[in-house]
Amino acid sequence: MKEMIRVEKLNKSFGDLHVLKDIDLTVNESDVMCLVGASGSGKSTLLRCLNFLEIKDNGKVIFEGKQIEPKKDNLNEVRQQVGMVFQHFNLFPHKTVLENVIEAPMMVKKIEKKQAIEEGKELLDKVGLGDKYDVYPAKLSGGQKQRVAIARALAMKPKIMLFDEPTSALDPELVGEVLETMKKLAKEGMTMIVVTHEMGFAKEVADYTVYMHDGRIVERGPSNELFDNPKEQRTKDFLSKVL
Amino acid sequence: MIVGGVFSIEIFFSELIRTYPFFLEAAWLTLRITLAAVLLGTVIGVVVALIKLSGPVLKVFADIYITIIRGTPLIVQIFVLYFGFSQVIQLSPFWSASLALAVHNSAYIAEIFRGAIQSIDKGQMEAGRSLGMTSSLTMRRIIMPQAMRRAVPPLGNQFIIALKDSSLAAFVAIGELFRTAQGIAAGTFNTMETYLIVALYYLVLVMVFTWIVNRIEHRLSVSER
Ligand SMILES: Nc1ncnc2c1ncn2[C@@H]1O[C@H](COP(=O)(O)OP(=O)(O)OP(=O)(O)O)[C@@H](O)[C@H]1O
Ligand SMILES: [Mg+2]
Repeated sequence: MKEMIRVEKLNKSFGDLHVLKDIDLTVNESDVMCLVGASGSGKSTLLRCLNFLEIKDNGKVIFEGKQIEPKKDNLNEVRQQVGMVFQHFNLFPHKTVLENVIEAPMMVKKIEKKQAIEEGKELLDKVGLGDKYDVYPAKLSGGQKQRVAIARALAMKPKIMLFDEPTSALDPELVGEVLETMKKLAKEGMTMIVVTHEMGFAKEVADYTVYMHDGRIVERGPSNELFDNPKEQRTKDFLSKVL
Repeated sequence: MIVGGVFSIEIFFSELIRTYPFFLEAAWLTLRITLAAVLLGTVIGVVVALIKLSGPVLKVFADIYITIIRGTPLIVQIFVLYFGFSQVIQLSPFWSASLALAVHNSAYIAEIFRGAIQSIDKGQMEAGRSLGMTSSLTMRRIIMPQAMRRAVPPLGNQFIIALKDSSLAAFVAIGELFRTAQGIAAGTFNTMETYLIVALYYLVLVMVFTWIVNRIEHRLSVSER
């Protein structure tokens, strides 16, 4: 199995606040990993360290066998290969759905407009928004927005996708369509790290789940096991609270 | 003179008709000063805003610039440029007035842009960066277009102020609207009528300006509807 991303002894602080403590983590190609934990436990920060929206204090981030050093490596090139989907979508409101999707391929990868449009439309068709190319984000439902955001990230042909609570901001009836899209992506073999509290999704789609508490990884294991038979007391406490 | 009181409606209308060739030409000059000032002022303003947002070191310079420009009267700035700099470089009255007005407005415009840029959600920059866009590319393609839209209403307001402030150019002998009114009033002694006529010209210009700004605002809001 090919290793996609590995984290060794990763630490991150904001001022005096030590948010990530000696995180070790390996995600192989085509793995889907779910990340759960209480608010403030450092899940978002961990994801953001993986695509260098936050810069680690120390430790290693190794991407496809190559250690990434923020000072030496071109982080923009790394980020092109690490897609990210945000809780609040962060679509570009002044651009249509299709323009949102083709922006980065055209401006960063210098792909020709015609080709970018073709690929963009294909992606939008895939996430079920084939009829929304020319609509502005403001006109979309939350679920549709998040699917555009997924298509936008996919347009850069990333090797791994990071999802930070992609369904938390959605009305309950819209959660399903986004999870469905993510499930499809997982089936196609996309490597994914997903911060979510959707246990059903985790159990069905994720190869394993990691539980974080207070900046540390407390427990990890196959999703069914972690949710149904947690070993650590803290995991049990957490699960009994959220589920 | 005194018999007719301070204001005569007949004189007002006859003067309005008699003076319109002078005032139209003067209005055109007022417009040119204003346009030169707001275009240049916007360019300087955007640069100063970006400098101010670029980091703590350069921010100091932008802050000093804004403080000095906002803290001194426009008329003083015009005189500094026209009379003060005359030994170094002799600017034409038109350009001293336009430049002074541009610099003066740039400080306010810089603050308008800074506010507009800062009002854009942080998630926009993050989304751009997460797609591999550099921060300057994200700034140019994602943040600025949105900030520009937000800046339109306050900018329109600032442009209207600039239009009216251009009347101060009269003091460096430019035959714009106000100077023209002064000349006519001094020649005819129809003081009240003449200044009310010039007020009317300013009012119409401001109303046209306002209408244009509203149209632009309406156009730009398409994506939010
Ligand atoms: N840029 C920042 N500056 C200072 N503190 C931060 C910053 N980002 C996060 N934190 C703090 O770091 C801690 C971990 O935050 P993080 O967002 O990673 O948690 P989380 O597990 O994602 O929580 P949630 O479920 O609420 O999203 C929190 O205490 C948060 O306040
Ligand atoms: Mg979070």
